[in-house]
Amino acid sequence: MASDELKLLGTWTSPFALRVQLALSFKGLSYENVEEDLKNKSELLLTNNPAHKKVPVLIHNGKPVSESQIIVQYIDEAFSGTGPTLLPTDPYERAIARFWAAYVDDKLLASWLQSFRGKREEEKAEGLKQTLVAVEHMEGAFKDCSKGKPFFGGDSVGYLDITVGCLISWAHAGEKLYGFKIFDADRSPLLNAWMERFGALDAAKKVLPDADKLVEYAKMRQAEAAASASNN
Amino acid sequence: MAAKEELKLLGVDVSPFAIRAHMALVIKGVSCEYVVEYLSNKSELLLSSNPIYKKVPVLIHNGKPICESLVIVQYVDEIFSGDGVPSILPTDPYERAIARFWAAYVDDKFFPVLRGIVLALTEQERVEKATETFAAIEPLEEAFAMCSKGKAFFCGDSIGYIDLALGSLLVWIEAIRRMYNIEIISASKTPRLSAWAERFGESAAAKEVLPEVDKAVQFGKMLEAAASAAAASK
Repeated sequence: MASDELKLLGTWTSPFALRVQLALSFKGLSYENVEEDLKNKSELLLTNNPAHKKVPVLIHNGKPVSESQIIVQYIDEAFSGTGPTLLPTDPYERAIARFWAAYVDDKLLASWLQSFRGKREEEKAEGLKQTLVAVEHMEGAFKDCSKGKPFFGGDSVGYLDITVGCLISWAHAGEKLYGFKIFDADRSPLLNAWMERFGALDAAKKVLPDADKLVEYAKMRQAEAAASASNN
Repeated sequence: MAAKEELKLLGVDVSPFAIRAHMALVIKGVSCEYVVEYLSNKSELLLSSNPIYKKVPVLIHNGKPICESLVIVQYVDEIFSGDGVPSILPTDPYERAIARFWAAYVDDKFFPVLRGIVLALTEQERVEKATETFAAIEPLEEAFAMCSKGKAFFCGDSIGYIDLALGSLLVWIEAIRRMYNIEIISASKTPRLSAWAERFGESAAAKEVLPEVDKAVQFGKMLEAAASAAAASK
């Protein structure tokens, strides 16, 4: 087979780009990582994701794939002979994995972002309330999917582990910034333990960004936002 | 072939999401029991089968529930496959990624603004949502040219994943035309989608599943009233 050229357009702070990096890392695939400047998007990004103009975009032998969850499924299918299989093999379990993966972005991540990015205090409070509901559901999902084993995928890392796993560094950063631990040991003991377990894996350590660096980055962005708000 | 398959689909005839799931089953030639849900009085079965969202559609296969329309469509495509059975998703991984991309686009970018036309509280808001919807349909018109490669449907000669994602909204697109004289798909502005929409509507699966547009119009009026009432009570 001719050598595969994989190029990932992303940013080091984007959990969605990280999701793809995790998938590539666990599959043992090599790729060129291109760091985008979102304030000055490259021609490559704009032409390869014209509909959304967002990261991540995976370019495989010149052909672009966008949307992190779609990219991860693509990697699993296009490189089915390489490394572990990420999606479950059973169609029903696959449907359950896809259901929860959609839930992570639509509910868990959306409410978590609102809890600290919301413009008014009530929005943030509502975001926090919804986040706690979502974490409870995810804890249940972990119990159902893992069936007593270490990962969502069972004995080894699977699709859901990667889908949720990309939030880990921001989870640690969020705790340092706001004092709120999303997968707290009391509220969500299974996810709390899973988070440590996942973060300790070599394939994860290879790509997970440093939480302290994310904290610095977040503080810098907050300062910029405050400065531009006071200039208005 | 496995022992008798028990399939139950919980849905509402005007729900584009239920339409997707129902059409997928019809395309596969699989019989299922359709359970009509009343959204103001949801059944115990719906509430226990989809505790997270409490929404239709839910497919219950041999007692096991699957939720979220696109998850259901992919599940149906995977479970019911083989010689002579039409495929809904392409087989090539790259083409599958493209199909998933455009289906997600329909749900994330197109549907919210389309629905916004019905839920708008003022004429100005309606016009804004219509403008956003016109903008959102353009990439789909382009996508049809790129994906179909001259064939009748997005993914080929027969109805596939993107067709179901967008086609399930055609009843609402027509309802919006009747209610507000806003034409999202037209021969002049979106010629490819206009021709595709006709072919979609003429298909056996669409004829079996799609409700009368007037039902969507009636439902739309109910949604409008509910939106105004909710706003007035704030």
